[in-house]
Amino acid sequence: MTTYAVRDSATMLRRNLLHLRRYPGLSLFPILMPVVFLLLFVYVFGGTLGNGLEVGGGRDAYVEFLTPGMLVFTIAGAAQIIAISVAMDMTEGIVARFKTMRIWRPSVLAGHVLGNMVLTAVSVVVLIAVALAIGYSPSAGPLEWLAVVGLLVLVAFALTWLSVALGLLAKSVETASNMPMFLFLLPFLGSGFVPTDSMPAGLRWFADNQPFTPITDTLRSLLSGEHVGRTGVVAVAWSLAIAAAGFLWAGYLYNRRPAR
Amino acid sequence: MSTMPAQEPITQTRTAAITAVDVRKSFDDDLVLDGLELTVEEGSVFALLGPNGSGKTTTVNILATLLDADAGEVRVAGHDVAREADAVRDAIGLTGQFSAVDNLLTGRENLRLMADLHHLARRDAEGRIAELLARFELTEAADRTLSTYSGGMRRRLDLAMTLIGAPEIIFLDEPTTGLDPRSRHTMWEIVRGLAGDGTTVFLTTQYLEEADQLADRVAILDGGRLVAQGTPAELKARVPGGHIDLTFADRGAYRAAAGALDAPARDGDSLALQVATDGNVAKVRDVLRQLDQAGVELETLSIHTPDLDDVFLALTGKPATSEPQTEEVSR
Repeated sequence: MTTYAVRDSATMLRRNLLHLRRYPGLSLFPILMPVVFLLLFVYVFGGTLGNGLEVGGGRDAYVEFLTPGMLVFTIAGAAQIIAISVAMDMTEGIVARFKTMRIWRPSVLAGHVLGNMVLTAVSVVVLIAVALAIGYSPSAGPLEWLAVVGLLVLVAFALTWLSVALGLLAKSVETASNMPMFLFLLPFLGSGFVPTDSMPAGLRWFADNQPFTPITDTLRSLLSGEHVGRTGVVAVAWSLAIAAAGFLWAGYLYNRRPAR
Repeated sequence: MSTMPAQEPITQTRTAAITAVDVRKSFDDDLVLDGLELTVEEGSVFALLGPNGSGKTTTVNILATLLDADAGEVRVAGHDVAREADAVRDAIGLTGQFSAVDNLLTGRENLRLMADLHHLARRDAEGRIAELLARFELTEAADRTLSTYSGGMRRRLDLAMTLIGAPEIIFLDEPTTGLDPRSRHTMWEIVRGLAGDGTTVFLTTQYLEEADQLADRVAILDGGRLVAQGTPAELKARVPGGHIDLTFADRGAYRAAAGALDAPARDGDSLALQVATDGNVAKVRDVLRQLDQAGVELETLSIHTPDLDDVFLALTGKPATSEPQTEEVSR
């Protein structure tokens, strides 16, 4: 039944967008939380942290350093929400109803993923707007911006599918809200908030080798108009690998028949 | 499997909407369906009756393509559920035990969602939605989100959503569990209306009265097998009489009565005796005379005419559940 793939996915996307509108408690959180963190880090910690950067320069330099990291943090935050909404959906009888209908089977999950991509896009636009308002001045040209958007979409797509799988894996909505907790922590354990070379050896090794660091570094290079190099390839490779793993895992879990 | 005498001359004038042959299903080591066999005629109302854990929901899930059987053959609307699931899905509608509605949407949006998933044209869809809202008395509440709906309204919307695609066969898994009596009667009227329109209805229930009220045929499921099936009248005919329930004020009277009536006394704190009757007055008079002669003071007496409860008790050796309970179902 691939004939209706687009139509059924669009129907499910409309459903998920209505959910986002009807449940602002869940949809406003990923939009507002990164803004709060941005302001907190810039105005509370930024003066000190900025002085610790290689280039020095206090709060103004820290805004430039932090914003690319905050973009990744924003995407990871929005992805966490999807695990909760998927888990909520799976506890409802309506998914069983969908499974007894002649529709394009992946459309239920596609609707969740597309809906979350829309939410992520809104969150990212709001974050960039606030960052620009408080003095962020990226020097990226149109091509670099295009690359930034492309990488952000890819990362959002990857983390969303991973989080969908976690939502399907969770036995309850409560566990679903805890499971993607690592998505909240990983940006801190990378190059998003401070340079990794300021960390102790073991932590630094982890930070340098986890996927969020090459993604953050690539965004940072693109936005400041610098040469990206090999890091960009690593970032894209990680994103594709996470997307593929999340997609296959989610598909497997969704098609798993009900236990009873 | 036991068969009804009246069942022997099978009429082939109507075709089968659902057939299941030797269906087996286990979860880990737990055998849930153990050679289930059933046939549901087109346009009939079929009730699958059984206590919690007897395999009712598993049966519905297999028939509705939600679950694969381990063995056996199942055909629904002329198609094999394992090999032609999409063709089966085109013909069926399921209203599950847990409400299959979207709580964040309004009633109308829920119906529109179903219309879109059935790929109805926008104009046809709006007409059908308005018609169903009116038929299920939901027009007034159509544009409110479901958080404001009562249990009965939710169940009616659930059924309306099932009907959007005009299915030939409808599965209703415990359609009235948890509903108040008034909503239950409304639901019964709706089911009768569907049957009147020629839709095949397959329902599961724990309520014997419900099966009695609605079904053309009733099958009793116990331990993963059908222990009996037939029309409600045929099943009741298998239990020749009813019984008299007698209760006594104290243990002494109870024991004396048990002795006088030669009825088996039960252990424990029970002060109630049950005496089988064929329902005639002479037997009642006889019981009272025997108690008088033994000098036993009777507290209450009630005469119980046979119903499906008795059939259930006779066939499964245990009473049917009458309290609303939910079966454990996970995804």
